[in-house]
This record gives sequence, structure tokens and C-alpha cells, in this order.
Amino acid sequence: MNTNIILSGVGGQGILTIAAVLDTAALSENLNVKQSEVHGMSQRGGAVQSHVRISDDEIYSDLIPEGKADMILSVEPMELLRYIPYLKEGGWLITDSKPFENILDYPRKDKIYKQIKMHKNHIIINATSEAKKIGNSKAANMVLLGAASTLLPIPEESMTDAIKKLFERKSEKIVKLNLEAFAKGKELAQNFTEFVFCE
Amino acid sequence: MKHLVLGNEALAQGAIDAGLSGVYAYPGTPSTEITEYIQRSKTAKSLGIHSTWSVNEKTAMEAALGMSYTGKRAMVVMKHVGLNVASDAFMNMAVSGINGGMVVVVADDPSMHSSQNEQDSRFYGKFAQIPILEPSNQQDAYNMMHYAFDLSEELQLPILLRMVTRLSHSRAGVVFKERRTQNGIQLPVDTKRFALIPAFARGQYKTLVDKKGLLIDSSEVSKFNKLELKDSNLGIICSGIAHNYVMENIGEESDYSVLKISQYPMPKDQIKALYDHCKMVLIVEEGYPFIEEILHDYFEENPKIIGKLSGDLPFTGELTPNIVGKALGLTKDITEELPDIVSSRPPQLCDGCGHTDIFNAINELIPEIGNKNVFGDIGCYALGALPPLNTINTLIDMGASITMAKGAADAGMENAIAVIGDSTFTHSGMTGLLDAVYENTPITVIISDNSAVAMTGAQDSSALGRLKSICLGIGVDPEHLKMVVPLKKNHNEIVEILRKEFKYKGVSVIIAQRACVRLSRDKKEEIKQKIASLT
Repeated sequence: MNTNIILSGVGGQGILTIAAVLDTAALSENLNVKQSEVHGMSQRGGAVQSHVRISDDEIYSDLIPEGKADMILSVEPMELLRYIPYLKEGGWLITDSKPFENILDYPRKDKIYKQIKMHKNHIIINATSEAKKIGNSKAANMVLLGAASTLLPIPEESMTDAIKKLFERKSEKIVKLNLEAFAKGKELAQNFTEFVFCE
Repeated sequence: MKHLVLGNEALAQGAIDAGLSGVYAYPGTPSTEITEYIQRSKTAKSLGIHSTWSVNEKTAMEAALGMSYTGKRAMVVMKHVGLNVASDAFMNMAVSGINGGMVVVVADDPSMHSSQNEQDSRFYGKFAQIPILEPSNQQDAYNMMHYAFDLSEELQLPILLRMVTRLSHSRAGVVFKERRTQNGIQLPVDTKRFALIPAFARGQYKTLVDKKGLLIDSSEVSKFNKLELKDSNLGIICSGIAHNYVMENIGEESDYSVLKISQYPMPKDQIKALYDHCKMVLIVEEGYPFIEEILHDYFEENPKIIGKLSGDLPFTGELTPNIVGKALGLTKDITEELPDIVSSRPPQLCDGCGHTDIFNAINELIPEIGNKNVFGDIGCYALGALPPLNTINTLIDMGASITMAKGAADAGMENAIAVIGDSTFTHSGMTGLLDAVYENTPITVIISDNSAVAMTGAQDSSALGRLKSICLGIGVDPEHLKMVVPLKKNHNEIVEILRKEFKYKGVSVIIAQRACVRLSRDKKEEIKQKIASLT
């Protein structure tokens, strides 16, 4: 079993928390993990990505080869498209629908969604607004992880255990919020049929 | 049990477990997390391991050498360009040799994710004639620290350990070993070798050169170098992280003959064995063609050696599994192209950042003072070189804003302006300011003081609360040392002060202090109190 996941977004949007949950969960399943991440200049509002590789075999490269990603999980829709060359045929695209517009030449949104929808295996959800309803828009990353969860080779329980472990330092309330976000994402993905864009 | 750690953290834990007594460093991507890990480590704290940041890489290197002089194990950590700053100490401690084990960790940044160049630190190791270690994975990084300290004490030489961004910032599960106790204080038997007056230095240098054979022998038997002779068509020599990309493509069961090099000087016998065995040899290395240049003949006409010099691998940028696959003839075309609607998203200053207020004030005065006379420096404010601000014109190295402004003013430029951060100023700006004060050169230095080493993750700045007294101590005229608070509401006041100081035909310094917006409320309060207590 080899699973390659690209996580993408804008610096500060919380993709490293998704990575930490995946790493912790995979390690608890006695699987091998390699996970590369971006530190430094790009973290200031630039494009950031993390490569997560999970396998029961030895993993060599810290980077996923192009055309070998099983999934691109993005907290921002245009950032999802940036890593399309990594996607393998039939791989999954999962993203928040909410754009992060901190550049002047941000593309037209309908074009972004159209491009994503050209891939049969996609899930586009309003993760940020769902997280806000639950209590904090910052938990959008856990909504997205929940949406991806049934497509990953790690048991759900390991992921929720990892969420508990990672957030318990903060407070019980934050653990609960993130678990709820995760469950909401799973539900949204299961009921997902089509994303309809309205300006 | 496996611990999930970054390559940098594996290395840091390795150092702690190898009996480290102190780490000395200045923050710099991609090396920062090594020192931060030791600062956070409860074990390190309980063992009294020194880990406070140094003012720059040179002071760090020298302090580490001082600790080694006492017989204890010391480590110094920096990014690749940091070694340029510390190279004086580095080159000379190869000649003096060390006492307690000494490891110099340098993290290179191929592809320049957060740097000005792609310099390959292995050349520094060769330059200083010391052993170099180059881990290819996180477990290697951990294991190598034990080995490096032992080797350092055995050879009485510092060891250069070269990391690269992709290993520094990639996590994996790592198994930790038992911890070794720290060395006690044991001063050198003969201190003469540390006193490099020419008479002693000549003897020491001869000793260093005479160790060359020992160093190569050590590489030949090193457990980190591995030769496997199989098929004789194409042999592969790969080093450090490049080994991963090769293995990713060929797999464990392949027929290729492979030599993995993770310890230098290069193992001559192993290379000769592979070279004689194979019809062609592909050299895969992250960084410059360091191995390739040595094996290639001077006129680059040896058809047997291929790699970066032959154009089979790109000379610039970091390697990827795809690039290496292509050189091996194994990668098929990419399945899908990047959609053309995707725009680039460069990093930018945070909302509410004080640097922006300074740039806005300078920009308002550009019509009066002219274009192209703002000299920049290294830090978040380097982003002032990008749209929409476009304020700064240069960025060369730590501290160069002040000295380049001085040189330009010497040449006759009017309104030469330097923009430098608080930590960059204490790192390498103070000496340049003294040059300007000494000649009363007409420049304006703006210290954009956010009271942190912000770009690398807001580490403590040793400049905190001391900038004013440092400038006065250097001899800046108190009449032309101005303090401002970079806030939108103070815009007009800042513009007025700048206008006046730009006109002054001597050295002006404007300290614009406001804590980095990314700091927590508690941290900002702590900074406020520290500044109050020092002024």
C-alpha cells in the first residue's frame, strides 16, 4: 500500500495541521510516513504545499513524483489547481470552495470550479462556512480532512485519536470543535453530488 | 518506538543524545528548527545544554570553538550563506583542530526557497580539508550526529554536516538511541595549536594536510558510504538526498550498480571500482556538480561520466524524483499540465505590518528624492522589493544596506537610504554604521525594528531595547537619531521626519519600533517591558 497526498493552500491556512493529523494517525497504524513541508518566506501569504506519503513499504523520496498523487487536498481552490501535474489518473481532488484573494490577478472563480469539475473524482465543499457554523472558521482544515477521510487508507478512529492528541494541549472545547468539523466534512462528502457556483 | 520528527529535529535530538554541551546559531531558513528543537527540549534543559541564539554565525562559530576548547562537545548551526559570515573562524579552526567534538551543521537551500543563492557547502568542507557528512534521510541525520562527534574527536578536526531544505523540512519516523553523557572539562594538552601565529600555524597546517590519507581511509570504511556492483551498463553515484530520488525510480530490487556517498572526502577505491565496472556512470547530487567535476576530465570530454555538466541533469534548481527519473530514462510524460488560469502567489508582508508603514512613507517621498536610492537588506522587509511596494532596490547580504548606501553616497548619490531590520542590524549592520559615522557620510539608515527575527519564525532579537544606545555608542549625532512608531496614524509625522533627515548631509538613523504583528499579545507585552527596562 502506497498513498500519496498533496496538501495545498496559502501560508497560514493550516495545512500543516492536516499533515500532523495524517502523520500521527499513520504512525499509530505502524505505517511508514514521509511528509515534506514549506518553512520560510512562502509562509508569508504565499503558496504553500505539503507532500504526505504513507506506505507499508520503505519510502525513499520526500517529494511525491509528478503524476503519482492519489489525492490533492486543498484549503483553497486555485491552490488545488497549482498541483494538478502531480495528480495521477483517476486521483481525487478535494477542496474548500472559498477563494483566498490576496493577489491582483486572481482568476475568475467560475473558471476555477469548471477546471476542477473536469475531473470526475472531485469534492468541492464550503468548508470555511461550515466550520464557522460549528464555531470557528479556522476548523475548515478539519472539515476538509473529514471529507477526505473515507478515501484514505487510515481507519477513521486513528484520525480522530490523532485530532484529540494534537488539540488536547489547547482545550477540551477545541478538541470537540475539531472533531465536529471532521464529522461534518465526512457527512458533506458522503452527500456530495455537485457543486453549484453562485456569485 | 518511532518518533515523528523533521530532518532538522532528528539531527538536533541526535546531537543531544551524542553528549552535546552547547549549540550556537543564528536563525536562517532552512536551518532554524535545529536550534529551536534544542531550546524546547526538556532533556536539553535538564542537562544544561546551551542553546541561546547568537548575534551572528561568526560569533556562534567562535563560541562553539571555545566550548570545544574546554573539551566539551559543541555544535554550530547555520544556513549556507551563514557559513560565508563564519568562514574566517571555520577555515582557521580546521588548522588549529578542535578539542571536544565539534560539528558544523550547514543547511543548503537548492532552488533558493528562502535564499539569495544555491551555494553548495561541500566546497567549504573541501576548502577547509575536513570530513563532510551528508545524510540522505531523517534516521541518517540522527545516527550521523553520534558518528560525527566521535569522528571529530578521533581526528581532532571539526566535521561539516551538510543538510538540504528538503531533508531539513521533511518529517519521518525516527528511532532514537541511548544517550551518551557529556564530556567533562579537559583543556587541550598543548594550547599552542590554538595560537595560530605563523610559527605555530605552519606546523598545524602541515598536520592538517598530512591527515588527508586518514580522512579518505575513514570514508572508505564508513558505514554511510555503500557500494553495490551489479549490472555493468550504467552505474550510478549518488550522494545525500539524491540517493532517495534514485531509489524512488529504480527500487530496491534493481540491477543498477550504485555507489551512495554520504561521507567525504570521496572514497577513492569505491569510486574506482564502480568506474572500472561500468560502461557509463551517472552522477546524481543535490547542489553543484561537486563529485562530477572531480571525476570529469578538465575538457569535459570524458563520455563515460554524465550528470549536470553533460546536461543530463539541470545545473540549477533542486532535484526531484521526476528529473532524476528522466536522466535514468525511466520517467514517462506528465499526465496533466498546469492549467493556465493559475496565477503565481508570491509571499507578501502581513496585514498591519510595520514595515509597510515605513515603505509607504518612503514611497511618498520618492518624487522628491528620486528613484533607485533605497538599499535593502535580509528579512521580511525584503518583500518591499516586490509590487505593490517596489520600494527597495537591492538585497545582497546581511548588513549590506548600510554599507552599499555608504558607497553610493561616496560616489555622489544624494539621498542614499538604507532599510534594515533590528536583528540584521546587530548581526552585521553595526560595523557598517561605524564606517559611515567615522566619515560622516550623508546617508539615512532606517532601522525597521519589529523586535524579532520575524522571517524565520519570530525568534528573540538580541537587538531588543538596545538599538538607541548602540547607535549613540557608535557615535550617531543624537540630533539625528529619531524614534518613530510605524503606524498608519503616524504617517504624516514619519514622512516629515524622513524628509528632514534625507536632506541632512551626515548620518541619520531613524528607529521605527513596533513589534511584529505575528507575535502573541503576551510576547508583545514582554517586549514592551524589556524596552522600558533598558531605556
